Amino acid sequence: MPSTVSVRRPRPAVLLATALLAAATAGCAGDAPAAPSPSVSASPSPAAGVLGVRDPWVKAADTGMTAAFGTLVNDGVTDVTITAAATDVSPMELHEMTMKDGRMVMRAKPGGIVVRAKSSHVLEPGGDHLMLMDLTRPVRAGDELTFTLTFADGRTQTFTAVAKPFTGAQESYDPGHGAPMSAPGATPGTSTSPAS
Amino acid sequence: MTERSPARPVSRRGLLTGGALAAGGALAGATAVTAAARSDDPAVRPVPAVPVARVGTAVEPFHGPRQAGVATDPQAHAAFVAFTLRPGTDRAALGRMLRLLTDDAARLTQGRPALADTEPELGLLPARLTVTVGFGPGLYRAAGLDDRRPPSVADLPRFGIDRLQPRWSGGDLLLQICADDPVTVAHAQRVLVKDSRPFATVAWVQQGFRRAAGAEPGRTQRNLFGQLDGTANPEPGAPLDTAVWVPDGPPWLRDSSTLVLRRISMNLETWDLLGRTDRELAVGRRLDTGAPLTGTAERDEPDFAALGPDGLTVIPDFSHLTRARVGEDRLKILRRPYNYDGVPTADGTADSGLIFASYQADVARQFLPIQRRLAERDLLNEWTTPIGSAVFAIPPGCPEGGWIGQQLLG
Repeated sequence: MPSTVSVRRPRPAVLLATALLAAATAGCAGDAPAAPSPSVSASPSPAAGVLGVRDPWVKAADTGMTAAFGTLVNDGVTDVTITAAATDVSPMELHEMTMKDGRMVMRAKPGGIVVRAKSSHVLEPGGDHLMLMDLTRPVRAGDELTFTLTFADGRTQTFTAVAKPFTGAQESYDPGHGAPMSAPGATPGTSTSPAS
Repeated sequence: MTERSPARPVSRRGLLTGGALAAGGALAGATAVTAAARSDDPAVRPVPAVPVARVGTAVEPFHGPRQAGVATDPQAHAAFVAFTLRPGTDRAALGRMLRLLTDDAARLTQGRPALADTEPELGLLPARLTVTVGFGPGLYRAAGLDDRRPPSVADLPRFGIDRLQPRWSGGDLLLQICADDPVTVAHAQRVLVKDSRPFATVAWVQQGFRRAAGAEPGRTQRNLFGQLDGTANPEPGAPLDTAVWVPDGPPWLRDSSTLVLRRISMNLETWDLLGRTDRELAVGRRLDTGAPLTGTAERDEPDFAALGPDGLTVIPDFSHLTRARVGEDRLKILRRPYNYDGVPTADGTADSGLIFASYQADVARQFLPIQRRLAERDLLNEWTTPIGSAVFAIPPGCPEGGWIGQQLLG
C-alpha cells in the first residue's frame, strides 16, 4: 500500500528490550502464542469473520505513526493471508521486524501476514504489527478504532481495538525495504492529553 | 492537641479528668460497637480454610451490581491509590479512562494479564485481587455533574485532633487494590497507574497489610497496638447490606456506597508507657480475647452499667468501646482497615499506624455521628493522630461488557 507519510526525523535508537522481544518472537508465524496471553476479550470482541481477533489494541498517539496489535486466530482448515489493513485515521501498512545491519528494524512485510490453518498469529510490539503510517487526528487513550482487514481472496473483515497508553513499541522504520518512501522516523508520541 | 502530654502511666481517675478528652476520633469504631449479642466466638467460627497452594489462584468475582473489595473478606495486602485529574479530563475523557481501568481490573482480578500487559507473567496469580474504584468530589466537578454528587461526599468537617497532611489527603479518584499477594498488588497498581497517566496524576499511595492469608482464618484483625480491630462490624448478609449499600435512588446511586479513608498515626512510643490494665481500660476490651471488660468472649454484649469495686463503671465511659457504640445496623459502619508500618527514625521511633477504611451508605448518617462522639471524648485519642483524610463515593458495579462509572458518566 503506497503511503503518504510525511518525512520525520530519523530515530535511530532501537531499544535493546525491543530487539530482544522481537528476537524472542521471530518466526512466530503459525505458532500458537507461547507466552501467557490474555484469553478472549470481552469488550472489543472479534467480529464474526475470516479470523478471530483476540485482545486487539492500538497504541495511543497524538501524531505520526502508531501501530495496532492483537492475536489473529484461524480456526479454519486453510491458511489465511492478510494483504491489507485500513482505518479512517491513517494510511496503513502490514509490518514485520527484521534484522538489518545488526539491529532490529521494521519494514513492510512482503506477501502480507499469513495465519496458518488451525493456529494463531500474534501481532505484538517487536513483532508483526498493523502500522498506522501518519495519523490525521490523535488516537487518545481509551478511544476505540475500527480496522478493516483485506484478505488475499478479496474478503474483508472489521474489528475494533481500544487505544492504550504504551511507551514501548518504538521500533525504527526501514522504509528502503519494500516501502515506497524514505526515512520517516517511527516513534509515535505517547498521547498525554485527555482532551481532544 | 499538638503535643502529646508527657507520656505517663494512666490512672483510672486521672483519665477521667486529664488531657485524655482532647478531641479527635481517630480509630472510629476500633474494636468497638457490638449491637446484637452473639454467642459465636470468631476463633471457632467455621471458615473454609484455603490451602496455601491455592492462595495464589483464588479469584474474587469482578462483575456484578456492587463493586468487589467492600463486602469482600479483607485480603492481606492493600494499596490505596488516589489521583488528581489533569485539567481537561472531562466527562468524555473520564469515560475513556474508566473503560481502560475497568478492562484492566476485569482481566487482572480473574488471573488474566491486562491488555498490552508488559509483564504478563505477573498477571496470572490473582490471589483474590479486587480493584475498587472511588469518586472524590473533584470528579463530579470535572464531569460537570456536581448535582449527582452525594452531599456527604465532601471533605469531612475539621476535628480538633486532626493534623492532616496534604500528602495523605483528598483526591479526585481512588483505586483500592487488595490481594493476598503483594506482588499481585504491585503489578495491578503499575498497570492501573500506567493507564491513568493520560488522564490524571498520582496524588498519594497508601500501602497496608494484615496477617498473611490463612494465618488466622476468621479472626478479627489486630492493629499495631495489639488490639482486635473491627469486632463490631455488621455481620455479612442483611446487617452489612443495610449498613453499606444505598438501597434505592437513581442508577448511579443504587448499590453504591461511600468510603472514608483516614490515615491514623499511632504513637507506639507513648503506648509503650502504658500497662496492660490501662491499655484495656482505654479501649474497654481485653487485649487477648477482645472481650468487653464485662465479658469473656469477643462478641459478648458489653454491660455498660456494671460497676466495679471502686464504684465506677467497669467499662469506662471514655473508653473507645463506649464512645463508638452504635445499635442499629443502619447506623453502623463497615471497618476494613489495614496496618501501615513505615521506617523508624534513627533512634527507633516507629512510624506506624492504621489506614482506617470505613464503608457506609451515608457518611453523614453513619460515620459522622460516631466520629463526633469519638472526637469529643475517646481515650484512644491520647495515642492516635489522624494525619490524612479523604472521602469517596463508591459507584455501583458493572455487568460484563460494562464499565465502572457508566451509570454516572455514560
